[in-house]
Amino acid sequence: MADIALQTAMLDRFRWKRLRALGLPLLVLGYLAYITVAFDIAGLAQRARIENAAILLGDAISYKVHVTRDNRRGGTEVSIEGSRRMVFTEELRPDWVQLDGDQAEIALPMGHSVSYDGPVVTYHHPGYGDIVLTLGDGIEMSLPTETVPEWINASNSRVSLTTEAGRLSMTRSRTEVFRYFPGWELFFFDLDSPFHAMSWGEVFASFVSGPRIEPAVPNLLLALDDFWTNDIWRHGVVVWALGETILMAFLGTFGAAVISLPLAFVAAKNFSPSKPARFLMRRIFDFVRGVDALIFTIILSRAFGPGPMTGALAILTTDTGSFGKMFSEALENVDQKQIEGIRSTGASSVQRYRFGVIPQVMPVLLSQVLYLFESNTRSATIIGAIVGGGIGLLLTQAIQTTMDWEKVTYYIILIVLMVIAMDALSGWLRKKLIKGDTGR
Amino acid sequence: MTLSAAPDNGAELRASYLALTRRRRIYSGLFLLLFIVLFATGFRVAEERNAGDFLAGLHRIFDFPAAMISEAVEKAQNLPGHMIDVLPALVETLNIAAVSTLLGTLMGGFLALLATRGLAPWPRLIGVFRRVSDILRAVPEIVIALVLIFVLGAGPVPAAIAIALHTAGAMGKLFSEVNENVDLKPLEGLSSVGARWGQRMALGVIPQVAPNYFSYALLRFEINIRASAILGFVGAGGIGYELKNAMTFGQGKFDEAAAIFIVLFVTIVVFDQLSSLVRNRLVNGG
Repeated sequence: MADIALQTAMLDRFRWKRLRALGLPLLVLGYLAYITVAFDIAGLAQRARIENAAILLGDAISYKVHVTRDNRRGGTEVSIEGSRRMVFTEELRPDWVQLDGDQAEIALPMGHSVSYDGPVVTYHHPGYGDIVLTLGDGIEMSLPTETVPEWINASNSRVSLTTEAGRLSMTRSRTEVFRYFPGWELFFFDLDSPFHAMSWGEVFASFVSGPRIEPAVPNLLLALDDFWTNDIWRHGVVVWALGETILMAFLGTFGAAVISLPLAFVAAKNFSPSKPARFLMRRIFDFVRGVDALIFTIILSRAFGPGPMTGALAILTTDTGSFGKMFSEALENVDQKQIEGIRSTGASSVQRYRFGVIPQVMPVLLSQVLYLFESNTRSATIIGAIVGGGIGLLLTQAIQTTMDWEKVTYYIILIVLMVIAMDALSGWLRKKLIKGDTGR
Repeated sequence: MTLSAAPDNGAELRASYLALTRRRRIYSGLFLLLFIVLFATGFRVAEERNAGDFLAGLHRIFDFPAAMISEAVEKAQNLPGHMIDVLPALVETLNIAAVSTLLGTLMGGFLALLATRGLAPWPRLIGVFRRVSDILRAVPEIVIALVLIFVLGAGPVPAAIAIALHTAGAMGKLFSEVNENVDLKPLEGLSSVGARWGQRMALGVIPQVAPNYFSYALLRFEINIRASAILGFVGAGGIGYELKNAMTFGQGKFDEAAAIFIVLFVTIVVFDQLSSLVRNRLVNGG
């Protein structure tokens, strides 16, 4: 009899387990199906601009040099990414561009070439033939074939050619040829720097034995200064921004720890001066934790304006709630025997706290503080984007231009390295400061 | 802190003990001093680079909340309507958090199994998978979200992917710590009957660690609600986006902002309480 009861009970449990094993994945799948509809995944395929991804990836690892003719005023310029700040002077102009008055010969890779002759532009395509564009009232195009190939996009006011060797675009206001190169342009020295034109060998040679370029400073220092003040990449500004982000995390985390430690005593059951005070303090911690960092960030940036201090204060306020809760829990787990021991020697209450309580909780508190410090470095990047400080601001600005993807890549790499470094530092400090005290 | 050679008399012991304490005290004093100096100079630097300074702004902290509250009180009859209006956005924020927690936990679970010694199917690649989760963890959500917004357009999907990837990294690390304490005997039993890797993990490991995984996932869900609200503020949809719109309109729309503040606050508190309730039950019951 008992056996049968046991068997049915067992079988019931099996059935229940099987149902659960089947039901849980089904539930998850059902939820994901609902999300597919709610997030409009089907429509995403149309909204997604894959060409943007191509631009992004291409731009992140390569740069282009523009040869631009101003079709209204005449005159041709060679520049990097078409930027006013990166125009080649005559001596620095690359040798694949020959400028002569209103005429230009531009050599592209794979045998392609372009020549400007005032308003007449000829694109020489070795596999197709010569394409001649003439700018009059509109743009007239003459092709070697009857049909227009798909890599030419032409209308009366705008023609653009995209080949594997580069791009040509012509409008009434300007004619432009783009030639692509791998790498990040002018990463070390900008065009104003004397080191730009040198190869790495020459640069090192000039450090060791070359004549001083600026009589007042050694070449090495001059090079470092040129690198630091690089007009395009602004390494100095970027390093400052990284420092600001870390500073926000540092001030916020440790400031919160210092403020919440005494408050945690009020909120801890075994130290609280009175029950209402404890209740009130706990509710304050809960409230501060509940109000999101986002809300604090908005309120504080109204009062203090944009900048790193606002970010630090936002982190500080948010973390005071979490630390208050964590610290008061740690204090409640304190061993009373050590405090009694201290009391038996006739110690005052301050001495009891100093020698009986603090040594017990310090390792736990420090480890929590250091852990949050690391995670706050990440938060500081995001908060920086909202309050306008640190590397988060530079990153959002670079993304908003939608063309500086090489800079975005650079900032992302720096942010990842920064977070990994802070992670390692906080882990190392935790080990150093806590070692032995916890017996671990 | 142990003395290498036992001193032969009390006086010597006392002297060496006092010397030790003094040295310790000097060290901690120096450490404290260094910390204070760092903190003070750091604060000065941050203040200098800020638009407004600390003391001037201090009395203005409550100006904005006061303005908002007075406007909200004035138009109190509008508040329930505004709250209902933002509900779809709130649901979107919660969905972003839920989906990213779900996917991130799944990915993190796999990463953890692949990166735990004794469980990994390819022991040589343990280091690789650890680095993968380190990097996923290190990239702040905003970075991935902003890049994906450029490619996929504004909406909840970039935010969900961004948070999911970050969650995968965080869970990969946490779970592999959990996995290290797994009892290997069921695994041996399973391999003795010829179970494949997937079967050994599903039947031998997951039942042992599931409560732990679940409790971490709940905690993460709470964190992800906050993250998805913040990402909304930089353009990824949901309640953060509504908040930003209400804020940019400024005076006159503060009742809407107040409604969103309240909704966000209540949501976070409710999920916080709910998740700690479930987690407590899980710990006490299991």
